[in-house]
Amino acid sequence: MRVLMFGWEFPPYISGGLGTACLGLTRGLARLGTDIVFVLPRLDSKEEGGHLTLMGANRIRAKVGISEILELRERVSVLEVLSPLRPYLTEKEYRSILERSEHITAQDIAGELNNDFTGGYGGNLMAEIVRYSVVGAHLAASREFDVIHAHDWMTVLAGIEAKRVSGKPLVVHAHALEFDRSGEHVNQQVYDIERAGFEAADRICAVSHFTRETIINRYSIDPAKITVVHNAVSKKRRLGQMRIEKPFKEKLVLFLGRITFQKGPDYFVEAAAKVLRQNRDIRFAMAGSGDMFPRMVERMAELRMADRFHFLGFVRGMDVERIYAMSDLYVMPSVTEPFGITPLEAMVYDVPSIVSRQSGVAEIMENAVKVDFWDVDRLAFEILDILGNEDRSALLKLSGRHTLKRVQWEHSAQKVLDIYRQLTGGAS
Amino acid sequence: MIPVCFYFQVHQPMRLDQGYSFFDIGRSHRYRDEAANRDIMRKVADKCYLPANRMMLDLINEHRGDFRISYAITGVVMEQFQEFCPEVLDSFRALADTGCVEFIGETHYHSLAFLFSREEFRRQVKMHGRILEEFFGARPTTFRNTELIYSNDLALEVEKMGYKTILCEGADHVLGWRSPNYLYQPAGCTRLKAMLKNYRLSDDVAFRFSDRNWSEWPVTTDKFARWVHALAGNGDVVNLFMDYETIGEHQWADTGIFEFFRCLPKAVLAHGDFVFRTPGEASAELDPMAQLDVPYFTSWADLERDVTAWLGNPMQDQAAELAYALEDDVLATGDDELIATWRELLTSDHFYYMCTKWFSDGDVHKYFNPYDTPHQAFITYMNALNDLALRVRRDLGKD
Repeated sequence: MRVLMFGWEFPPYISGGLGTACLGLTRGLARLGTDIVFVLPRLDSKEEGGHLTLMGANRIRAKVGISEILELRERVSVLEVLSPLRPYLTEKEYRSILERSEHITAQDIAGELNNDFTGGYGGNLMAEIVRYSVVGAHLAASREFDVIHAHDWMTVLAGIEAKRVSGKPLVVHAHALEFDRSGEHVNQQVYDIERAGFEAADRICAVSHFTRETIINRYSIDPAKITVVHNAVSKKRRLGQMRIEKPFKEKLVLFLGRITFQKGPDYFVEAAAKVLRQNRDIRFAMAGSGDMFPRMVERMAELRMADRFHFLGFVRGMDVERIYAMSDLYVMPSVTEPFGITPLEAMVYDVPSIVSRQSGVAEIMENAVKVDFWDVDRLAFEILDILGNEDRSALLKLSGRHTLKRVQWEHSAQKVLDIYRQLTGGAS
Repeated sequence: MIPVCFYFQVHQPMRLDQGYSFFDIGRSHRYRDEAANRDIMRKVADKCYLPANRMMLDLINEHRGDFRISYAITGVVMEQFQEFCPEVLDSFRALADTGCVEFIGETHYHSLAFLFSREEFRRQVKMHGRILEEFFGARPTTFRNTELIYSNDLALEVEKMGYKTILCEGADHVLGWRSPNYLYQPAGCTRLKAMLKNYRLSDDVAFRFSDRNWSEWPVTTDKFARWVHALAGNGDVVNLFMDYETIGEHQWADTGIFEFFRCLPKAVLAHGDFVFRTPGEASAELDPMAQLDVPYFTSWADLERDVTAWLGNPMQDQAAELAYALEDDVLATGDDELIATWRELLTSDHFYYMCTKWFSDGDVHKYFNPYDTPHQAFITYMNALNDLALRVRRDLGKD
């Protein structure tokens, strides 16, 4: 099976969970004998891509001119007004970008193509997406493959173009939807691109039933087209099995994620204050960055718990593992979470989790401790109970190990491979 | 005779290492950014302390005792002189030897201790007095609190400690229609005299000297001397209080600040009614004109002239509360190094960096702030303080 895959990021250069999921899935597929050409907007030298062919769209000289781009714009009506967007963009950041840049033209896109485009995430993202899709079409015309697989909205246009040029089947993979990022205030252009992708797709992979339901209800897509493929987690621990010695006696409760509306950091802070009113022998750590960071810092100080609540900023690499290994409990209070891989990562370090009911990952966790994200009292109660009850904590760790045995990228990859086979009529 | 009193604040904080993270807590106790502290000290020594001290020494010699000035050198900056630039300390000693320079007492660590702990305040003031005596040969009799933070209670405490003169800000909301150009008696005090900063004339030099948008730019020595002379008949004293770093650091050499000061004594003395005195000397010669009642804290910082540069937002309040809450335990360890480290964390600058009021004083705050955001300042500070708290806890066997 030969796959032309379009992605937007790949470890170690990641801004969220998308790159990590792409790495895990492609590793699983590679082990099952799949050949993958993975196209990124830009290629650096350090990506972890020994198991597949990584291509940077910035290294591909597409022979396209203004006429092709104009033609593309005619077919894909959502591109009529082009504007700069990023995968994880807040409304405020979006407005400030709008003030800076004007609408781009087909000439701009072609011009940048000739200049060997950067493939960066900054600047004019929508122009980048269009150029990326042009490269997609070029690749589809020049390479041999059986199926096309596109991850999330930034690569959907490339997938659609590749399908048009090659006539090969298209799989669109939904990791996060505009409703997850922006709540009810969706960006219409992003929504339109997502929807165009779902409509053009021969099959859709959703990372959870939670996401599948949203695609059915909000995008009016035929349920028969959508298969749930849960994410998994890599069990590799570079730190080995040793627990990291904490420099303090208190138990540690961890939040790790973007500090944005979607992840519910404010509920974590409020719950921490309630917990500390009951028990001072607990500490809290918040790792990550985002637009709500200053507000969270000030609120924490206002609640007078700076001797028990620590901010880590954006953690990367080995520090991610260190903080998991130091923690006694992981909390993911997301307001909405299509999947949410972090509780599984915590399991790898034998750390039990409390997850919000509004998350996809809860679907695959054995004995998951679930709370509504807004129920701060309940969250505080569960934190106190799990940390205060050795038996319950041990039981949750055990359930975590069971979950990890079941949840493997090979299983997810097998599901995806089955979809490929159905679409290609059984090509090997 | 109207004395003109120069008082220069000399201060550099021990800056914290912004790389000190949560993961360092319990593992490393190196909070200081040694490289930054050394580099900044060297830079400011070259741009300000050394050339300015040389100039002041020349002026004093030239005027044979008719040019007199005072310094408030914090304990924290003296420790850094010793460590990074001992020659600066020597040049201050040379100034002390002229007999024309007064050294002013304060809290050794340039702290907000008076607002949180009277005992710690007294300890730090005594510590600073001892150091001044050791280095410059005289116990201070004039006091100024950190950044001229002042109130009735503070004045009373300072009087009890034996000081004769105290310096404070001539803030409008304290003085109203009254003039800063007289001596005052702090409410509740019987011996202590207060000398108030003439903030218009002081800030004309300290802040506006190189401001080309200011209608009075450029400020020549003659023009400034004229403004000083205009006070003849309208006051007993002219108090020009400012950061010493004004000379050559806040106002760079190319603004002409050195030339300005070099010519100033002669220009001021050209008017027969004016002389230079140190604050202690002027205070001894003059009687208070009225009582000064300051029930709330004032300072020389920002437009508000209060303590909101250091305290008031939740990060500042929380950090300061937690720092002073450690007092008893830290002292109980009896560990000199630990106690000194704690006191370094009491330096007011750390709280200044956490300030979130970015209005008219935003520019000044930014200039002095090594952090990108007040939140980063708070987090770095709390990481260090939380580590210190753990060390103390361990030391006392409470872990």
